[in-house]
Amino acid sequence: MSKLTIDDLKKIKEKTAKETSLRHGEANIKLMVHMGTCGIAAGGRDVMNALMDELAKSDRQDIRVVASGCMGMCSSEPNVTVEVQGEEPIIYQHMDANKMRQVFKRHVLLGEVQTDFALAKI
Amino acid sequence: MKELSLHILDVAENGISAGADIVRIEVDEARAANRLKIVIADNGRGMPDDILRNVTNPFYTTRTTRRVGLGLSLLESAARRCDGSMRIESAKGKGTRIIAEFKYDHIDRAPLGDIVGTMTTLIMGNPDVDFEYYHQIDGRQFSVNTRDVKEESGSSSVTDMAVFQLLYKKLHNGLKQLKSGER
Repeated sequence: MSKLTIDDLKKIKEKTAKETSLRHGEANIKLMVHMGTCGIAAGGRDVMNALMDELAKSDRQDIRVVASGCMGMCSSEPNVTVEVQGEEPIIYQHMDANKMRQVFKRHVLLGEVQTDFALAKI
Repeated sequence: MKELSLHILDVAENGISAGADIVRIEVDEARAANRLKIVIADNGRGMPDDILRNVTNPFYTTRTTRRVGLGLSLLESAARRCDGSMRIESAKGKGTRIIAEFKYDHIDRAPLGDIVGTMTTLIMGNPDVDFEYYHQIDGRQFSVNTRDVKEESGSSSVTDMAVFQLLYKKLHNGLKQLKSGER
């Protein structure tokens, strides 16, 4: 086994802290807005802003929003992945601000997967 | 891309994927000189020469999910189409600096657009990265720094909604003031 440096240890610590915060109720739900060049050109920013607006209104501390990169499905952008702890992640396709608000209110807050907008479950 | 702020969002995300924890965005509107300059600088890992040579080729990409890489090529063509140019300064291990210049009143120059939306998206989507935003119109300046906002609000995280709202207000009002001031 190669030698661990202090930097390696720091990285492991950060990674574990991130993962455990997701597990231990701090962030039960994670939403990823895919923002590669394709996602941005297709309107990912509006989706992200609608999502943040809904999040602010909901006042929930256990929901995390992150911007992630392109996942190779550029034709179905803007894509949003919803990961609810203990359930299969759902990828939504062709999102816009209104669909995002619906997914947030129905899927994220109430647990009803919006199959009409879904691309796949992983 | 319909707005220059979308290019900014896109290129800044590149820097973040390159491991940057500080991203600086500068917009300089010098209307007397008829020039609009956008600088996006990060302290990520930088690019080696062979990548740097190919980076504006749309058929070159380091990613594995698809075979085209359009971000920088799109920005370059947008700048060129407006009698402007784009250049990249990158040092391995130190970071990358993208400088795009446009002729301000060129008919093909896209509007700057929703820069507040770009900044909030960047900041909220990447809570571990610090952002510096600097905007200048004819010599008058406005700047926001996420570190200061975090300090001011006494919270360590921008994902805290209170911090986000403070940030939004600052950006929104600051830019409004900057834009209305010169009339």
